[in-house]
Amino acid sequence: MSASNILEVRDLQVHFPITEGLLKRQVGSIAAVDGVSFHIKRGETFSLVGESGCGKSTTALSVLKMQPILAGQIVFDGQDITDHSAAQMRAVRRKMQMVYQDPFGSLNPRMKVGAIIGEPLRVHGMAGDKAQYHGRIKELMKTVGLLEDMAERYPHEFSGGQRQRICIARALALDPELIVCDEPVSALDVSIQAQVGNLLMDLQDRLGLTYLFIAHDLSVVRHISNRVAVMYLGRIVEEADRDTLFSSPKHPYTKALLAAVPEADPELEAQRSEQLIIGEIPSLRSPPTGCTFHTRCADAMPVCQRHAPERKINGETLLSCHLYS
Amino acid sequence: MSEVSLQAPPSNSPLAFHRKMLRHKPLGGIGGLVFAIFLFCGVFADVLAPYGMNETNMQKVLEAPSLDHWMGTDHIGRDVFSRILYGAQLSVIIGFLAAGLATVISIILGVLTGYFGGKIDMLIQRFVDAWMTFPDLVLLIVVVSIIGPGVTQIIIILGCLYGIAGSRIIRGSTIAVRENMYTHAAQSMGARTLHVLWFHVLPNVMPVVIVLFTTRVGAVILAEAGLSFLGLGIPPPVPTWGSMLSGGGRTYMYVGPWLALAPGLALTIVVYSINVYGDALRDMLDPRMRGR
Ligand SMILES: Nc1ncnc2c1ncn2[C@@H]1O[C@H](COP(=O)(O)OP(=O)(O)OP(=O)(O)O)[C@@H](O)[C@H]1O
Ligand SMILES: [Mg+2]
Repeated sequence: MSASNILEVRDLQVHFPITEGLLKRQVGSIAAVDGVSFHIKRGETFSLVGESGCGKSTTALSVLKMQPILAGQIVFDGQDITDHSAAQMRAVRRKMQMVYQDPFGSLNPRMKVGAIIGEPLRVHGMAGDKAQYHGRIKELMKTVGLLEDMAERYPHEFSGGQRQRICIARALALDPELIVCDEPVSALDVSIQAQVGNLLMDLQDRLGLTYLFIAHDLSVVRHISNRVAVMYLGRIVEEADRDTLFSSPKHPYTKALLAAVPEADPELEAQRSEQLIIGEIPSLRSPPTGCTFHTRCADAMPVCQRHAPERKINGETLLSCHLYS
Repeated sequence: MSEVSLQAPPSNSPLAFHRKMLRHKPLGGIGGLVFAIFLFCGVFADVLAPYGMNETNMQKVLEAPSLDHWMGTDHIGRDVFSRILYGAQLSVIIGFLAAGLATVISIILGVLTGYFGGKIDMLIQRFVDAWMTFPDLVLLIVVVSIIGPGVTQIIIILGCLYGIAGSRIIRGSTIAVRENMYTHAAQSMGARTLHVLWFHVLPNVMPVVIVLFTTRVGAVILAEAGLSFLGLGIPPPVPTWGSMLSGGGRTYMYVGPWLALAPGLALTIVVYSINVYGDALRDMLDPRMRGR
């Protein structure tokens, strides 16, 4: 483990049981995450992108140990937390916090905003005396751009963007090292998305935060990330730093994803190739053999059906694709 | 619509809440008012009652309602109005304690099974299923004939009976609350289970708890009256509405109809009021519970 890495995930596998009938008999399992490895450097933003259902959230939850895993190793801040008990995890959780997609569901409607933001402090016995506690809440609210007097209000009095700021303030309360953001802006209006994205970046600069950022909207990812990993059916198919990935995507799936992003310029938009991905996303119950993308890949070769490609370094990129071997 | 009202925090004052109820649900509001009067009468029965509960006056047997005796007198010359008030007292005691016990049992069973799920949930749910297949009254009669009648016994039996059945409703809303991301957020920040249950689950199932408690008060009062009517409730000479109906009420119904009418109407009006009040509470606090 290199000291510059805050998080290392090795060969993570998460399976969900498929059950049938009244007795919930297990008849099989789906590999929601199937051998995912990555590492995140201190102070960077590492993004996971991919279509709905490819296992982004499951990966994120596994990192936080909120999801039992089948195999793999998770090293956080130099500590192997893979086999940590719930009690051992309590201390670690102070350093890793989460921001959720749905700013409406992730705030308790019966708690005042101040109490919500201060909750992590109370949970970890770090509230201090009354003055310290309220001072810290005020400070946090200011940090994320909320007004102090909003502390006495309830979440339903706030807009989506403001609620997401409340979530961020809560995540910051314990001075965490890593914040896992699971689609933090995708539920917001487009105009608000940029604001919240900028806030996250600004906080990163000021507080030296590290983000694991999950999104399916590539324009946000391009704006905020240092490195990007593209997931497809539970695997990372391509990983590179942001500029490399966006300027020279290699994997056909990455290319297709990028091609699907609308261009702001109407002329470019008109030229944008329509569809590079063929058909529907396959079911995780019976994933395709070999390279799981071959059923939808315009460049598929015979070998793609038989063997899963190995992950190799290709220039600046970590890539799993037969086209490049 | 339902989303909005679910998101809303508890009304800032009970008074404002009930004023709103009177405006939007007049029937429920009036029900609540009657419920409050009933509570008042029960609590202050000793002060309000013009005569003692067992004060007999052989000169005035089976007298029709008059200014002296608003609801007449019974076959041994006791004032019916006073006995109705003391009956209300007992109904209030049994209603609140038994419904309170029932609610506590429902919360414990419902929150535990709903929150933790898994094997414990399976086991307890099968037990609840089995429990609910017994007809209430049969169960009550059997248990009372085994452990004997009495206020404490009645409270415990009715509390358990309704508590176990009601756990289903709490379980359902606990599951709904557990699925919310804020419980997940609390867990992921490192909160202990007890913290999550106390600060996130309980406050959010509270509307359901309040509604459940209120409707249970009515049900328990009715059940107690039924048992007392059958002679399985509170032993005499303590007046209860049920025993008043079965004692003097039934025997002298044709000579002194007020003997049956007074406890019968009291019971009907109070239970009906509690029920419409409970419905209004449910509509205002937790629209999801409609139809349960
Ligand atoms: N608790 C669960 N039980 C069973 N299957 C699950 C569970 N959670 C997720 N899955 C399945 O695992 C797969 C990956 O889900 P995941 O939520 O990680 O996807 P995602 O990439 O985050 O998608 P989205 O963009 O929709 O959030 C999906 O097929 C999903 O149906
Ligand atoms: Mg997701």
